[in-house]
Amino acid sequence: MNQHQKGPAFKTQLRPSILAKQALPWLVPISLLIAWQWTSSAGILPSRFLPSPRAVVSSFIELSASGELWMHVRVSTLRALSGFVVGGGVGLLLGLLTASMHWAEILLDTTIQMVRNIPPLALIPLVILWFGIDESAKLFLVSLGVFFPVYINTFHGIRSVDRGLLEMGRTYGLSGWPLYREIILPGALPSILVGVRFSLGLMWVILIVAETISARSGIGYMTMNAREFMQTDVMVVGILLYAILGKLADLLAKGLERYWLRWNPAYQRAQ
Amino acid sequence: MPVTFSSKEMAAAEERCSRGVSVGIKGVSIAFGGRTVLENFDIEISAGEFVAIVGRSGCGKSTLLRSVVGLETPQTGTIVVGKVAEHVKEHNRKPDVRVMFQDSRLLPWRRVLPNVMLGLEPALMPQARRVLAQVGLAERADDWPANLSGGQRQRVALARALVHDPNLLLLDEPLGSLDALTRIEMQQLIEDVWRSRGFTAMLVTHDVAEAISLADRVILIEGGRVALDDVVNLPRPRTRGSARFAALEERILSRVLQRRPAF
Repeated sequence: MNQHQKGPAFKTQLRPSILAKQALPWLVPISLLIAWQWTSSAGILPSRFLPSPRAVVSSFIELSASGELWMHVRVSTLRALSGFVVGGGVGLLLGLLTASMHWAEILLDTTIQMVRNIPPLALIPLVILWFGIDESAKLFLVSLGVFFPVYINTFHGIRSVDRGLLEMGRTYGLSGWPLYREIILPGALPSILVGVRFSLGLMWVILIVAETISARSGIGYMTMNAREFMQTDVMVVGILLYAILGKLADLLAKGLERYWLRWNPAYQRAQ
Repeated sequence: MPVTFSSKEMAAAEERCSRGVSVGIKGVSIAFGGRTVLENFDIEISAGEFVAIVGRSGCGKSTLLRSVVGLETPQTGTIVVGKVAEHVKEHNRKPDVRVMFQDSRLLPWRRVLPNVMLGLEPALMPQARRVLAQVGLAERADDWPANLSGGQRQRVALARALVHDPNLLLLDEPLGSLDALTRIEMQQLIEDVWRSRGFTAMLVTHDVAEAISLADRVILIEGGRVALDDVVNLPRPRTRGSARFAALEERILSRVLQRRPAF
């Protein structure tokens, strides 16, 4: 990022600017946290409305010590990931198929584009009717939501592979699977990974809604259950867990990008 | 940069020296959407010859090259790339044709060495390294193409073509985007490998001086036909400063520019 700053003047500026860069993003959240704790202890903010940060932390410790929290986290993560694998996998395969085979595009693309405009969450009443509040209902909803970003970006990625490289590959005798492996897939990968990152965000959103509406376990269930008993601290723990898990999923996607796209100067670490 | 070859390589080069193939283009017409690019076009290129094709932008010189390698299909006419001579040791008689494009067209997601080895069996890695050394990039084998300069990328592209030991090398303005110094260096390199390997070469270029310094024959395309077909009778290596060089350049340039020759 700082490639344009060179020479001795850079060194003297470096330390304070890096420190500021590291600290600055945390300034607002930490101030908010302090304000939150202060208003709670001063009695301005009733715990019925929002528990104090200290209450949230102690509730977190209590829940994790009893193992209840980890059970819910495990169940939710498993649902999210299995939905992601199923929906993302089908999206990838269909995207590859429709982008590479003309007949598949003609046959399937119109249908997929129509279904895409239905919000997966609008299907919840039907899904409950079909699957009850079983695991399969959550798996279905998450898979469906995750499918489209992966499908569309895979399709787009393959269609926008550099024509010049394809031509070059053909003059080097590549066709079929070798052409796919050497040129088409790596060329489409940046776009596919955009789809993956998008889906990972969507995956949690859909799961949260599905779990709060119909579930017997999972973070969403824990949060909704806590509402019945006015346990605001447990509710906040649940909400924060979603934030942390979402962030972890995003870090994972970023890591994949950094590894798979390391040939791309945009993803190379500054030396 | 001078390219050096070991005595063993020179001996191998002797044997390869007749590996070039002839190219016969007869009555070729190509049109894009009603616009005729080449019309009833004929040229004969003999085995091992270095032919440069010059002409204004859009005169069809690149299209001609692309149709030789099968990237364009002529509406009429035939293009025959000759068989490999009987005495050249080869697995099959099918000629190996490679192209060097104006942009290097390296795979950005493969490092330099795997790029050179595209379409090559993994067992031939030592050969790929040797060719990479010949173009002076042995120590860049593990770099990403994005970290090379334009001239270095073209050298990798040249190595990628050479590692297949082509019988016919098509050069589609490969030096067009390079700076003047790198260009001269690359011309030298291309001439050296052509002389040591003896493949047939077809070079498409805008640069008349480049055509004269490299080619045995300069062909000017105009209006989809051969407007000029001149043999360059200058001893190699050619020096641009010589009077005969300059006279020939002037003659071809004035023909391109439709000027009356000054002599």
